Amino acid sequence: MKPPAFEYERAGSVDDALELLARHGDEAKLIAGGQSLLPLLNFRVAKPERLIDIGRLDELSYIEASTDTLRIGAMTRTADVQRSAVVAERVPLLAEAASYIAHPQIRNRGTVGGSIAHADPAAELPTVMVALDGTVVVRSAEGEREVAAADFFLGVYTTVLEPEEMVVELRIPILPGTSAFEEFSRRSGDFAIGAVACHLSEAGPVPIRLAAIGLSGRAVRLLGAERSLAGSGIEPGDVSVAVGVEVEREHPGADPFARRVVVELAERAYVRAKDRQLNGGSDGA
Amino acid sequence: MELEQIALTVNGKEVTGEVEPRRLLADFLREDLGLTGTHLGCEHGICGACTVRLDGDPVRSCLMLAVQADGREVETVEGLAAPDGTLHPLQEAFHACHALQCGFCTPGFLMTIAAVEDPADLPAEEAGVRELISGNICRCTGYHNIVEAVLSYRESTLSEVDRPRAEVKR
Repeated sequence: MKPPAFEYERAGSVDDALELLARHGDEAKLIAGGQSLLPLLNFRVAKPERLIDIGRLDELSYIEASTDTLRIGAMTRTADVQRSAVVAERVPLLAEAASYIAHPQIRNRGTVGGSIAHADPAAELPTVMVALDGTVVVRSAEGEREVAAADFFLGVYTTVLEPEEMVVELRIPILPGTSAFEEFSRRSGDFAIGAVACHLSEAGPVPIRLAAIGLSGRAVRLLGAERSLAGSGIEPGDVSVAVGVEVEREHPGADPFARRVVVELAERAYVRAKDRQLNGGSDGA
Repeated sequence: MELEQIALTVNGKEVTGEVEPRRLLADFLREDLGLTGTHLGCEHGICGACTVRLDGDPVRSCLMLAVQADGREVETVEGLAAPDGTLHPLQEAFHACHALQCGFCTPGFLMTIAAVEDPADLPAEEAGVRELISGNICRCTGYHNIVEAVLSYRESTLSEVDRPRAEVKR
């Protein structure tokens, strides 16, 4: 169908956008890339009274790395994240995850801020944020706050964002080690039935990190599996056993097929990340 | 609701418009500009028939508002062929390889593939081509001849030999 009618304003700056949000918060939706919002408008599932267009806020489009943190502006297109040499070198898990987002045409418009704020339960970027203990930087006309990824996502399409707030930046720790992202869907580009982000670190305090989508309304860390695998050497099959136990215990209500997919993908992601480790690869270097 | 003034370039020509904010880019192109080559198959971003180029990048025009294209460069399938009607080599390859039947999805495929500026940068094997076109759905052809057309287009551009139907390696 066609979208319902709405008022439209184009924000000329971040402050402009925040001022508009402060004034119209409840009845307004931000439109950035529009790749999640437009389908909702076309289906008339969403009927906001007002759209605030932040598509020209180039000041929020950047990818910067310091020694220990990758900072990505909210308006950065996911295609740019996928192609970025900086991301490939410092946090390759993010580039790999981005390659699974929908289709090239979607990635040319969709933004990382939009993906995080929209919080689709099958979204790839929140999975990486949760796996690596990233931070979401949120701003309103009142000021700025940082929210740990673990606390940011509450459930299906639900985050801690208040109506007058917007995501301005994603911060991801640059962790030495190796990583892999595995996703399963029926056709290339479909929404994930399940996906797992895995990070291995030989030297750091957290030797194995695992996050998954497909088990609940949001990306989850498989902390129980991480802890039981953190001991001595991991044998082939140990990861799927540990993840299987965790999934049964923590997500008994999840779709049975999705649970099996996550268990299998966790093992595959571990094997690939381990393989890179054994071959001397290292993220972040 | 106020109408918005927009000014953009479409297939190299400057155009202006006065649109409702909710006007989709696809509908602006089709209804306001009469460029009906861009097709609407699903209106929710799945099928790819509405693919156009925005500042050179393939995008879904059903997932864009016309107001978002203000000040941008848009290219549609109508801009592929030469002004005198000579088909773009990619269109020739589609024709030679029977890569379209009803033709409804074809503009989207053409705009996605032609967005790769240098044909030498196109994938050289089937798997890569299928990945490139994974955002476009075809209900008629089963994709086989579309893949052949892309490989043929790439090969004929590389070797600069005109062949009515190329043998392609798989």
